[in-house]
Amino acid sequence: MNKQRLKAKLIKYFLQSCGSLSIVIVLLIFLFLFKEALPFIGQPGLTELFHSVWNPVSFQKEEFGLLPLVTGSVLVTLLATVIAIPFGIIGAVYISEVASAKEREFLKPFIEILAGIPSVVLGFFGLVVIAPLVKDVFGLNTGLTALTGAVLLALMAIPTIMSISEDAIKSVPAAYKEASLALGASRLETIWKVVVPAALSGIIASVMLGMGRVVGETMTVMMVTGNAPVVSFNPFTSVRTMTATVAAEMGEVTIGSDHYMALFWVGIVLMLMTFILNLVSYRVLKKYGSERA
Amino acid sequence: MAENQEIRSKIHVENMNFFYGSVQALFDINIELPEKKVTAFIGPSGCGKSTFLRTLNRMNDIIDGTRLEGKVLIDGGDIYGPITDVVELRRKVGMIFQKSNPFPKSIFDNIAYGPRLHGVKDKGKLMEIVESCLVKSALWDEVKDRLDKSAMSLSGGQQQRLCIARALAINPDIVLMDEPASALDPKSTLKIEDLIGELRKDYTIIIVTHNMQQAGRVSDNTAFFYEGRLIEYGATEQIFTKPNEKQTEDYITGRFG
Repeated sequence: MNKQRLKAKLIKYFLQSCGSLSIVIVLLIFLFLFKEALPFIGQPGLTELFHSVWNPVSFQKEEFGLLPLVTGSVLVTLLATVIAIPFGIIGAVYISEVASAKEREFLKPFIEILAGIPSVVLGFFGLVVIAPLVKDVFGLNTGLTALTGAVLLALMAIPTIMSISEDAIKSVPAAYKEASLALGASRLETIWKVVVPAALSGIIASVMLGMGRVVGETMTVMMVTGNAPVVSFNPFTSVRTMTATVAAEMGEVTIGSDHYMALFWVGIVLMLMTFILNLVSYRVLKKYGSERA
Repeated sequence: MAENQEIRSKIHVENMNFFYGSVQALFDINIELPEKKVTAFIGPSGCGKSTFLRTLNRMNDIIDGTRLEGKVLIDGGDIYGPITDVVELRRKVGMIFQKSNPFPKSIFDNIAYGPRLHGVKDKGKLMEIVESCLVKSALWDEVKDRLDKSAMSLSGGQQQRLCIARALAINPDIVLMDEPASALDPKSTLKIEDLIGELRKDYTIIIVTHNMQQAGRVSDNTAFFYEGRLIEYGATEQIFTKPNEKQTEDYITGRFG
């Protein structure tokens, strides 16, 4: 084999290994999560995880029920998504279809800035502004509730939803708009009946990605949701999310203890949830994305 | 006898100038377009024939910085007047585009789009409109069993006929066609031309075309545009056999363009 071909082959292998690096890393993470969590299956047993009380440090009875943490995460995520969707999508429609070029130039950097705010800083903002507001408006004992966390997480999801939806809306062929306008549709009718449906796959994907960001967010929710591990679907109660639990307790746990392993199970469940979310958004993109020829 | 009836003017354009920003695209256009006839606009690329077509349903409005001077009257009403409702105007003046542009919806929903916008909700009535428009556009037999399938599954020629059906569904008086067959194969082109022959009975049709044989085949009158000006306008036969202007003759005989 001559030198040239050998070189080409080496370069190909190098690129291939770079390309597959992410797969390897994902597999390794799963592997090590399971490795640490595995002994839990024998003692105290997997069924422990399905209980509804999380009380890992106790002299009477340690309980490792993941249910309150899962419901906490789900509640906060769903609330945040519900809040973020209208703002994100309507904002995207405005920027891509209605705003003048000047407005767009002005607005887009601000959305990027919003996306770049560190979550701790958002947490401060939540503690000082949102929490007291929620407390006063709804007449609660504490402002540290699922709703407070959801509002802040929505602020983090909005830039994701907005920028990806905007791309999707912008890529709708101008011919669709012209056809609609030529049939006597107003601008608003054209946007809602033709442009948004044509961009729907991208919009749904943006929402899924926004949700992925929200599920995994840790610092903000730890600061403002009150961290009470209770099973609740009431937005005005304090809740504790999976991420906050791991972050708060991992530092003080004895390595190899039941508690330690339970925290790894929290990580596994969290990872499965984001994995499923990604899978669903991928499917949605594939199914509705092929509609446009 | 249709031939003996007095030919009524449908569109009247007077001293019209049109600008894209500071660039003037049309210069002092004066023309009368007759009702229920096919008028073809011909001319080399960039001569303003498509721009002129798009002034007739105000589609140029969606381009920033365009401006029109002069008068465009349809049925005697100034369509650029202060009280003109653009939505109403576009209902009366349908348009077919160069590249077929069905919505990524079902065949049924494509045609029902216009009627729904204008307030038709009854399912039976919509079905009636969809069927009659598909029959008119000679597509019914090909698609009647798959109205709920995506319009994107149709061939290029079928898509263009679907777009024609969609334009007819809002019951316009005038149908503007911007090179409707330029992206189609000869067989589909022929179908569209046959269709135009059928539609001329009920609609005033204005067609922009690059293809002079096509203009000769389908139109009653022909207008020749060159560099933003209307050079010559008359019966198609006259324009193609003994044009009055040298430029027209040069273009038709293929000396330029």
